[in-house]
Amino acid sequence: MERITEEQIRHVAELARLELKDEEIRHFGEQLDKIIDAAQQLNELDTENIAPTSHVLDVRNVLRDDEVKPSLPREEALKNAPDQQDGQIRVPSILE
Amino acid sequence: MSYETIIGLEVHVELKTNSKIFCSCSTEFGAPANTHTCPICLGHPGVLPVLNRQAVDFAMKASMALNCDIAERTKFDRKNYFYPDNPKAYQISQFDEPIGENGWIDIEVNGEKKRIGITRLHLEEDAGKLTHLEGEGHSLVDYNRVGTPLVEIVSEPDIRTPEEAYAYLEKLKAIMQYTEVSDCKMEEGSLRCDANISIRPVGQEKFGTKAELKNLNSFTHVQKGLEYEETRQREEVENGGEILQETRRWDEQAKKTILMRVKEGSDDYRYFPDPDLVNLYIDKEWKERVEATIPELPDARKDRYMKKYDLPAYDAGVLTQQKAMSDFFEQGLALGGPAKPLSNWLMGEVNAYLNQHDKDIQDVPLTPKALVDMIALIEKGTISSKIAKQVFKELIENGGEAEAIVEEKGLVQISDEGAVRSMVNDALDQNEQSVEDYKNGKGKAIGFLVGQVMKASKGKANPQLVNELLKEEIDKR
Repeated sequence: MERITEEQIRHVAELARLELKDEEIRHFGEQLDKIIDAAQQLNELDTENIAPTSHVLDVRNVLRDDEVKPSLPREEALKNAPDQQDGQIRVPSILE
Repeated sequence: MSYETIIGLEVHVELKTNSKIFCSCSTEFGAPANTHTCPICLGHPGVLPVLNRQAVDFAMKASMALNCDIAERTKFDRKNYFYPDNPKAYQISQFDEPIGENGWIDIEVNGEKKRIGITRLHLEEDAGKLTHLEGEGHSLVDYNRVGTPLVEIVSEPDIRTPEEAYAYLEKLKAIMQYTEVSDCKMEEGSLRCDANISIRPVGQEKFGTKAELKNLNSFTHVQKGLEYEETRQREEVENGGEILQETRRWDEQAKKTILMRVKEGSDDYRYFPDPDLVNLYIDKEWKERVEATIPELPDARKDRYMKKYDLPAYDAGVLTQQKAMSDFFEQGLALGGPAKPLSNWLMGEVNAYLNQHDKDIQDVPLTPKALVDMIALIEKGTISSKIAKQVFKELIENGGEAEAIVEEKGLVQISDEGAVRSMVNDALDQNEQSVEDYKNGKGKAIGFLVGQVMKASKGKANPQLVNELLKEEIDKR
């Protein structure tokens, strides 16, 4: 079975904004290998004539009418924001 | 070596629903910051988004107007990224099953028609608005806009010149306005555009490396940015350099594109189907219901104006570019206005005024009735076309009725022969030299004399009568 590479782990960690130490990379690498192995079991099934599943529920077209309902009061909406200014959330600048 | 330019455009259009795409918060523009949010659009744990039916209808309508095939089955996916404009750390979008695919629109540049392909149109949610505080290392976030329904419209790389890009955007905007799915106000961000541009040697099949242009705040900026980029890439290649896959922004002050970042590898958004939203199936009845709401589109209107009213292609094109202008014209026709003069006034004086004051027709008090009445007054000879300009100025600046203004300001044309003849003779008496010149074959002198009479009558004398009587009276002398 193909093992997950250190480079792949670093990439995934970077995407998730996680900073990992070398020993953590080894540690998580072993765990991820086991998870992938478990998922690999699905490959044993013949899915040749089965359409890909994009949702597990056999429910379709759940829609609502275009009606406006009251929003949260601003104080309520900003309650969890640690830093605020002029009714807005203040964050460190991230230049894209 | 000669090069060919390849341009593809990505346009985001905000849909004109009352509420957001997945929750019932208002989509109103300009509300105080963070007053239109709820646990769903703020991305709190455990909430469930529910799709707005109207947003789907609008996306279908837009797709159909762009000649796209409508998906029988479509779904929503999560596009994962970290940025403070998005509280969930993913945007709900559509990845591999967009609502609309394989469409096209026709554009016209320098009298030549060209068909531009539309790759896809998909539904997604808008992000919040960030305001960067200059020099403070902080940004402020307003989440009112999060969850406003958007359609992203991606063109095929069929566009070959910045001029074609401009024409494509004008046409796309017109179609979105005619179908009334969006108000397309660039200044409010309800229409936004990114452009991809690359060059390749003529004859080469493989595309060159593309640069992505952002911060294009008007169609003119798109065109200017692309023109600059076309030259920059050519010079770079000719000087032996290499085009990198870059994101650049248009700087209107500096009149150039500026490097924002070099892209290494493709973005890794890890799209996956959103488990909170079930699949959407669009059946024949639904499609027919939406199709029935599509009005006459700009190309069809243009054709009708040319065939039914005998307007030149250019005029018909200008009149139908904006729905509001075209509707104004139609209302004028319905009131019995004559097509050609009405079209001339709209294309000439009205458009000149609107351009000069950076306004749209719906922002001025001029009504179709006032314009039609004024044209009738000119045709009846009640006012001269010169005086009409004065009346027009009053109508477009302050509104009102044409006849009332003419009466109130005493602008009725003087067509009384006796009165005009007396003014003519006064002018001849006072300008003996010009009379002499005219008699000596200087035809131009008559123009001066006409001017003198018009001046004396404060522009009210009937100019044809003035001309006629001037010649008569000179011959008598």
